[in-house]
Amino acid sequence: MPPTTGTLAVPVRLFARYAELLGAERLTIEVPAPATVAALLERLRTAYPAAALPARPLVAVNLRQVALDAALAPGDEVALLPPLSGG
Amino acid sequence: MTRLVPAALAIDRLLAEVAAPHCGGMCTFLGTVRGGPEEAAHGGVTGIEYSAYEAMAEAELDRIVSETLARWPGARVALHHRLGLVPVGEASIAIAVAAPHRAAAFDACRYVIEQVKRRVPIWKREMHAATASGRIIPAARTRCGWSTRSVKPPTSSMSH
Repeated sequence: MPPTTGTLAVPVRLFARYAELLGAERLTIEVPAPATVAALLERLRTAYPAAALPARPLVAVNLRQVALDAALAPGDEVALLPPLSGG
Repeated sequence: MTRLVPAALAIDRLLAEVAAPHCGGMCTFLGTVRGGPEEAAHGGVTGIEYSAYEAMAEAELDRIVSETLARWPGARVALHHRLGLVPVGEASIAIAVAAPHRAAAFDACRYVIEQVKRRVPIWKREMHAATASGRIIPAARTRCGWSTRSVKPPTSSMSH
């Protein structure tokens, strides 16, 4: 089990409009541990100031939608989901 | 179970999947790509391209089906969502539900489509046949954009 302090390298997946905004479908974002989804989003905004992500995007961790204050653990995969339009 | 499919949807196959002797009511829902006057204002929609976070979409569809079965005992559910380019008039989603009685079949079918729209990470991109000097530009040069019709305008604030 990796330590929960230090730095967390979080794989981030981007889809549809967000992939276009950030110019990538997959990123790895480093955040100080312990980290939350909100902290990761802040890092993302700092790294991509021009991307204009919404204030509260939908976020999934390990294939489930989570609240922005959700904690991140080593091995978690984060996904930023633009407003859904399936069906 | 793979519920995301790249080809035309076959509702009869889904109906055959859910049919059972204990079920006296069957309901189907097809969601089709619209190309009406509302879309014409955007340059004429020729189709919609659907993309997904496939692993999560499959997981979410599994969860929706499980919830439906728990909520309507004896019900049976099958559904497919199409990915890739879906031309106007063709189905992007097909749902078949069988239940012991009709009320449950209607309710369960409605529940499935509403939950799919709310929770499953799938996105559509409208393909337009843009008109220039009164002629239709060939399909290879159509323009396209992510659908924003179901989207609230993003807040300008970057903080939270």
